[in-house]
Amino acid sequence: MRPRSAWQAITLRPLRFLASSWPWRSLLYLLCGIALGAATAATLFALFVGGVLLLFVLIGLVAFVAIALSGIVFARFERWRLRLVDMDPAEDPHRRPPRRGLRPWLLTRLREQATWREFGYTVVSLVALCWIDAGMVAAVLGIPVALAATPLYGPDMDPLAGAVFVVVGLALLPFAAYPITAWAGARAALTRAVLSPRDTELGAQLTEVTRSRARLADAFGAERQRIERDLHDGAQQRLVSLTMALGLARLDLPPDSPAAEQVALAHEQAKLALAELRELIRGVHPQVLTDRGLAAAVRDLAGRSVVPVDVDIELPHRLPAAVELTAYFVAAEALANVAKHSGADRARVRGRLHGDIYLQDVFDNGVGGADADAGTGLTGLGDRVDAAGGRLLISSPPGGPTLVRAELPC
Amino acid sequence: MLRIVLAEDAVLLRAGLVGVLERFGHQVCAAVGDVPALRAAVAAHRPDIVVTDVRMPPGFSDEGLREAVALRAADPSLSILVLSQYVEQTYAVELLDAASAPGAGVGYLLKDRVGDVEDFVRAVAAVADGGTVIDPEVVRQLLGRRRDPLTRLTPREREVLALMAEGRSNAAIARDLVVSDAAVAKHIGSILTKLDLPPAEDTHRRVLAVLAYLRG
Repeated sequence: MRPRSAWQAITLRPLRFLASSWPWRSLLYLLCGIALGAATAATLFALFVGGVLLLFVLIGLVAFVAIALSGIVFARFERWRLRLVDMDPAEDPHRRPPRRGLRPWLLTRLREQATWREFGYTVVSLVALCWIDAGMVAAVLGIPVALAATPLYGPDMDPLAGAVFVVVGLALLPFAAYPITAWAGARAALTRAVLSPRDTELGAQLTEVTRSRARLADAFGAERQRIERDLHDGAQQRLVSLTMALGLARLDLPPDSPAAEQVALAHEQAKLALAELRELIRGVHPQVLTDRGLAAAVRDLAGRSVVPVDVDIELPHRLPAAVELTAYFVAAEALANVAKHSGADRARVRGRLHGDIYLQDVFDNGVGGADADAGTGLTGLGDRVDAAGGRLLISSPPGGPTLVRAELPC
Repeated sequence: MLRIVLAEDAVLLRAGLVGVLERFGHQVCAAVGDVPALRAAVAAHRPDIVVTDVRMPPGFSDEGLREAVALRAADPSLSILVLSQYVEQTYAVELLDAASAPGAGVGYLLKDRVGDVEDFVRAVAAVADGGTVIDPEVVRQLLGRRRDPLTRLTPREREVLALMAEGRSNAAIARDLVVSDAAVAKHIGSILTKLDLPPAEDTHRRVLAVLAYLRG
């Protein structure tokens, strides 16, 4: 695997590491850090002096505000040059101001925690980090270079001794790559830790997305329940009334009349439609799930299964409706797959609550080889579980057995 | 003639059911649309049988079933037939658990069955007479529930067992399968032995024993 950061590169085999660009990138990172530090220090010093001198006309205050906000510019440079030693980009932690213009921008930035974190980092950089950079480069490169350059300083030196110094100095040089890369890596990690967005800063968006997905899933469940109720109160009752009316009509017609035959046909069709509608309604939203909970609903599923299914679901209390619905559909789809594809002669559903995670395993002793990517059913299940904030795990080696596990937070 | 209290919240269906029951000479003392009215009607009319929908206002959940169970608990001599749109055995098993003491009849039928008018009225009469009537669809699920010992039965015996669980008498089973009464009796004896159930001459007791066995 190609390394993506200086620290990963250190773990390469020595020759590969030394031949790679990483030691050079690390050296460049430290050198430009020193340059950036020097430039920033000079700028800040100028701003400070200017601010103090102009304080009496109040323009000086602008300079102090600029100093406070200097971290933003400094941090942007830091994140930019971070790419030298770390290929994963560091995100900007700042929020977008609500409106365009200088005032909203200033107000947003001054109120942000990230701004002050960056300012703190700037101060620490100027006071300590840049000096360590410089000291590190000077010591690690300085010693071998000084050794190698010894003959230049002492022209009257014994040529043999001079040659030894040069050889030792040059031999030490490759070893310098290690401390330089290591310090560059450490500095990059520190930079990333301080200057990347915190979870709470990213989190605002992430939580929002998660919540809206959960809302969608909830709305989806509620909508199914409404459809179920509408079908039950409307179409189903009318169809029952219709079959009853046709049943009565059959009684009144002479059994061998042509009309009786037609009515009998209509009666049978109406009964079939009723049976199909009943299955459809149950598929939309199983009422027993609402009335009696997950264990009862899954037991009823198992009762309808062609393959014998043992149900072992023990729960201390009812689960949230959305979790019950998701778990039910996972069990239904998994058992349907068992019947359709697995060739199993035995299946088991086990459900337990662990803390606030509901864990449900559907296990069968069939041929295995279920592929989450190939079967749209399994993919759909994964999406459903995902929307509920959970995980769907499938183990199905060729030859079986198959285990479909759902982990759902309650 | 039976005196019947009917509870069904869908107006169209309620009117239809009243029409069917009265056509066959029964008296519908009260036809109501919610649980409090059902309770009041049963107290006022002391009917031979209560026919109720599972799902009723105000919650449109299983109020009808719960009320049926409560009525039966209050008066063990009251026969109850629950009409349902759910095949799910859960509801049927709950009803059977609550009403398994011999005496009054109990029934659980899918609403689809009211379309077969004569069969439906016959079922009402059987339940009012103290019998047990369970919908064939539900029985099929119950049979799926206890698998291991049932695999020891022959296919014919399983057929007979299913009909027994629906609440049929020996004669009715013989008619359905087009065999002699003696053949049915032989099958039943064999089933009871294989499932380790006590032999019983009384159809009703036998049905209850079979259902108790199936629901484990």
